[in-house]
Amino acid sequence: MKRDSGIYIRVTCAVLLALGVFARTPACAESTADDLLITHGESGRYGGSLVVLERAEPKTLNPVTALDAPSRDVIRRMMADLISINRRTLETEPSVAKSWVVSRDGRQYVLELRRGLRFSDGHPVDAEDILFTFRAYLDEAVHSPQRDLLVIGGQPIGVEKVDATHVRFRLSQPYAAAERIFDSVAILPRHLLEKAWREGKLGDAWSLNTPPAEMAGLGPFQLKEYVPGDKIVLSKNKYYWKVDQKGNRLPYLDQIEFHFVPAEDTQVAQFIAGEADILNRVGARNFDLLSGEARTKDGHLEDAGPGLEYNFLFFNLGQVDAQRFPEIVARQAWFRDVRFRQAISAAVDRDAIVRLVYGGRASALWGHVTPANRVWLNAALPKPAQSIERARRLLQDAGFRWNEDGGLMDASGKPVQFSILVSSSSLERGQMATVIQEDLKKLGIQTQVVSLEFRALLDRVLNSRQYEASILGLVSGDADPNPEMNVWLSSGGSHLWNPSQNQPMTAWEAEIDRLMRQQMTTLDHAHRKQLYDRVQQIAAENLPLICLASPNILVAARKNLGNFQPAVVDHYTLWNAEQLYWRQPAGARAQGAR
Amino acid sequence: MKHFSKQARFAISGLICLHVAVLSAGFLAPYDPTEQNRSSVLRPPSTLHFVHLRPFVAGADGHDYPLRFFITGSKYRWFFGSSSVTHLFGVDQPGRVFLAGTDEFGRDQLSRILWGGQISLATGWLAALLALTLGLGWGLIAGFFGGWRDTVLMRGAELFLALPWLYLLLTVRAFLPLSLSPWITALVMALVIGIIGWPRPARLVRGVVLSAKERDYVYAARGFGASSWHLILKHCLPQTYRLMATQAALLLPQFILAEVTLSFVGLGVGDPAVSWGSLLAPLRQIAVIGSAWWMALPVLAVIWTTWCCSLLEDNWKYTGEAG
Repeated sequence: MKRDSGIYIRVTCAVLLALGVFARTPACAESTADDLLITHGESGRYGGSLVVLERAEPKTLNPVTALDAPSRDVIRRMMADLISINRRTLETEPSVAKSWVVSRDGRQYVLELRRGLRFSDGHPVDAEDILFTFRAYLDEAVHSPQRDLLVIGGQPIGVEKVDATHVRFRLSQPYAAAERIFDSVAILPRHLLEKAWREGKLGDAWSLNTPPAEMAGLGPFQLKEYVPGDKIVLSKNKYYWKVDQKGNRLPYLDQIEFHFVPAEDTQVAQFIAGEADILNRVGARNFDLLSGEARTKDGHLEDAGPGLEYNFLFFNLGQVDAQRFPEIVARQAWFRDVRFRQAISAAVDRDAIVRLVYGGRASALWGHVTPANRVWLNAALPKPAQSIERARRLLQDAGFRWNEDGGLMDASGKPVQFSILVSSSSLERGQMATVIQEDLKKLGIQTQVVSLEFRALLDRVLNSRQYEASILGLVSGDADPNPEMNVWLSSGGSHLWNPSQNQPMTAWEAEIDRLMRQQMTTLDHAHRKQLYDRVQQIAAENLPLICLASPNILVAARKNLGNFQPAVVDHYTLWNAEQLYWRQPAGARAQGAR
Repeated sequence: MKHFSKQARFAISGLICLHVAVLSAGFLAPYDPTEQNRSSVLRPPSTLHFVHLRPFVAGADGHDYPLRFFITGSKYRWFFGSSSVTHLFGVDQPGRVFLAGTDEFGRDQLSRILWGGQISLATGWLAALLALTLGLGWGLIAGFFGGWRDTVLMRGAELFLALPWLYLLLTVRAFLPLSLSPWITALVMALVIGIIGWPRPARLVRGVVLSAKERDYVYAARGFGASSWHLILKHCLPQTYRLMATQAALLLPQFILAEVTLSFVGLGVGDPAVSWGSLLAPLRQIAVIGSAWWMALPVLAVIWTTWCCSLLEDNWKYTGEAG
């Protein structure tokens, strides 16, 4: 029956396509007769284990509730999504869904699943698993962080089964690049998780202590072992649905071991000692150290160029309790003056930040879209060099004066000084603060750099608002502007300088709100680009975030590792884990290079 | 001084020299410790060349810059308040002399080591003074009066011994305003370190007082009607002087090391202020250890202080000179 209805639907789709009901053609998916996806990398050899270092232990292995990066790094190797964003090209590509069609009004997506799919425990996959997955993610009681992405125009996306291999998604309004939202939704095995969901326990399912036999996914690897405080070992999924050009089923590696090593310097030492095979992210100084390290001659170091991370200085422009923090409220009068922010921006030597903090392996930023994001970057934004004179003029215009010792005073004669919060775990942001401190000294501004534990810092910025200025960084998992909605909408929780506003406090924030909402529902790319260019321009003029620098993606791996192609979007090195292979067998590597 | 052994005299001279150098940091240091020379990042110590006994350094521009004494440079303030622009030595602009190299922002390490000593030594001294004062008072009362007061005071001291100082400091820091001046931060550190550090001297003082109050002359004084406070101040307190001196020599380097540890992990004074601990903080990076050995030079100042204090403590412990 299922087969018949499948044929019926495919025929229906073909007719609808011919009639022009669906405007876009399905994305190209190369697949074999068995619906296996053929990859484009070089064909490798089977066997071997890969040791990857993680900064912390994952908190959970539950893809629905995972928030922290280590959890997502591991889960991503065990699970798969319907449509993926290729980390190298940043384009969407088929994954568990082998193709999809979009209605002309952009409100309906029909996805066709690969046939013959099985979870890593051998259980077959069908459209019911997809329905269950989206029900689980959309269930408010589960508190999935991805839920917001699946609510469009205030309405959760509708999911319905067409047949065993076709699923229809209904959107309440057109949503630009809607297929990109599927990238973060891991397909769940209904046979293993539905019971927990019905009992309201899905959020607690798949903890680190769950036996491997009770977990399954569609990713290239499956859980083999968890050793608390030490490592997580994943073994290959023999039912994985990708093959190489010779038809060999992926992955090549027998297992991936995630070892927990908190400090980057220790990670580098382990890599030099040959105890790790991949460093997913290396600081510029350590990158140079590894480059000159004779013992790592079997190591391959790659500077993949600018990533999507942008670091910025920002001031507290939000509502602050004047009774509790009168000093901060008094200083907000300076911060809210755009000329003050422009003067600070003009005084900051971004090139010095790139040179001193990142050893030249970064790009200076004047806007929040980094040079890595060529599709969305507004190249017309001005990039003025550091100018203390211009900064002084702006401050003068804003009513500031200097005393005989060169100290900057506001109109009421109060000395201009403020503190800059930085995270104690980010060496680079602490160093940026030191550079800025020296630059602002030239304007007669005294600043104090305060190093706080990251969660304490976020609490001050987002909740208590007990801060004056801070340096933070944001990195999007996608080049598209939509994941940044929470940052740029005045009502957004990550609208750092003044989060969760009921009404936009300034006219330029109101305009950004309007433009961001408009671009979200605009299907024409050129028009979207125009709208987002304008957002970048407003942000660069009003400087709620004084953008500083975007570090290059620096990674390291063993030379022997085949198909190693670092990306500029996280996960930088394991995004194609299924294609990684050892060119030489483990024994030969042990005797030779290492 | 003539009553002290040769070893003790050496140690005291060493400590005096160090303190004089640190207090005269503005004069001895050729540059402002916060001044960044962004084109001279992580520069190794400058080599001094001599022509007819006249020292000079080779500039990056190919010119030689003779070392000049009593040269005019950046403005600084002496510890007693007055300001000056005269530095002991330096070279003419655009030359630069970095006798201890530069850090990752091109700041002169020698100037930073000298200035950094002010906060490290002040924190150590303040904390030691606080711990000794509290320990002395607590130990005198507990030891002399004994009974339930002894029990309560000593159990209280043990409670303080159990306090995790790192977390206590974190908690105290969380309740303080963000824009604290470096000296207030140093004071807070000294308070926390001192509050954690007093129970040990208190226990030792108590032991000395327990023994002292049993002496015959104390009984005699009591028989003549001397009050408890008279007995404590006139007969028991002098017995603790030697102990206090050795404890000071022991606690000072210990507390300086505590400051170094706190600043090393980022809980001490932040930029632009500098302490020996914050100077050593970049050594957490494997890249700095491997390529810029001069960044470890502040360790020498810490070792020198610790060594001099240890010599002094050993000497006083075994010879009784301090008493």
